[in-house]
Amino acid sequence: MVNIIWVGLAVIGIIYAFFNGTIEEVNEVIFQSAEEAVALTISLVSVLVFWLGIMRIAEKSGLLNSLAQLFKPLFTRLFPDIPADHPAMGYILSNVSANLFGLGNAATPLGIKAMHEMKVLNGDSEVASRSMITFLAINTSSVTLVPTTMIAIRMRYDSISPTDIVISTILATLVSSIGAILIDRYFYYRRKRRQAV
Amino acid sequence: MIVQISNWIIPLLLLTVFLHGTYKRVPTYETFVEGGKEGVKMAVSLLPFLLGMIVSISIFRASGALDAFVNVIDPLLAIFNVPPEIVPQALTRPISGTASLSIATDLIRSEGPDSFIGRLASTMQGSTDTTLYVLTVYFGAVGIKRMGDALKVGLLADLIGIIASLIVCYLLFGS
Repeated sequence: MVNIIWVGLAVIGIIYAFFNGTIEEVNEVIFQSAEEAVALTISLVSVLVFWLGIMRIAEKSGLLNSLAQLFKPLFTRLFPDIPADHPAMGYILSNVSANLFGLGNAATPLGIKAMHEMKVLNGDSEVASRSMITFLAINTSSVTLVPTTMIAIRMRYDSISPTDIVISTILATLVSSIGAILIDRYFYYRRKRRQAV
Repeated sequence: MIVQISNWIIPLLLLTVFLHGTYKRVPTYETFVEGGKEGVKMAVSLLPFLLGMIVSISIFRASGALDAFVNVIDPLLAIFNVPPEIVPQALTRPISGTASLSIATDLIRSEGPDSFIGRLASTMQGSTDTTLYVLTVYFGAVGIKRMGDALKVGLLADLIGIIASLIVCYLLFGS
């Protein structure tokens, strides 16, 4: 899918440039944009290093864990199929708190662990269980407190206030997460109705 | 007001992490450095993804094809008050995180980070995750072959995220 998008954008652009008479601009932008991408990555390093460093402290001090405990009552309701003290619940909670702080790299292995435990709970079946679908819904709408990468990019292009998107991001992510949970519930009850018939 | 709250969140979070870490006797500085190294690795591994996608998008834009595309869909979007510039990013967001990140970057560069489009692009990028990636990685890693309603739920959630970003940005930043 990504391959098609990537090649498609370039191919359409080059062919369009033939007819539009913009081939000169296209030729110029190829190397110019490659250079731009390198400069962008270098400016990303500052924020990524700082933030991941800070978050490692939060992880070691147990701050992330206590946050996870805070969410536990909510999550036992979201995942009625998983016993509250099952390891799957622990991994789900740590995955969500890692996502909350924009620690995508830390969140992924935890998420895989959670999936694995849910698969065991589901009798090692190859079919996605109810909890798995709920977990994915929450993950794809990812609740984020600090959109690190976007702040870094805004800084790179001289934003007057790079962090003024924090609130808008939190609000949007909150709405999309609630939406995701509702949609997940809707599909679950639809499946159940169909089975009953 | 909103800008002020946003400005406070990060310093307060830092304060909490520092104080809690010291209180729990974590070797804060060493731990920070250890975590920071991962940031370098992450940025380096991001470079080829970003570079490839940014070059491709720049070709598309410089050729004039993007403007043509935007002109075609403009009347339809005007009904819903959607700025056409955001459409390519919204379309790629569920499919590829780096592709939509590159498009967002391109928008921020060309429209300005503090413009309405720049803020909308930032919000949209930060508010949802890449459904296809999450699905592939998580289900792939544990060997789930039949994903049930997962894809439908994920894509619909993305749609809500995009609409929510639009509404929130209109409310907070006007246009």
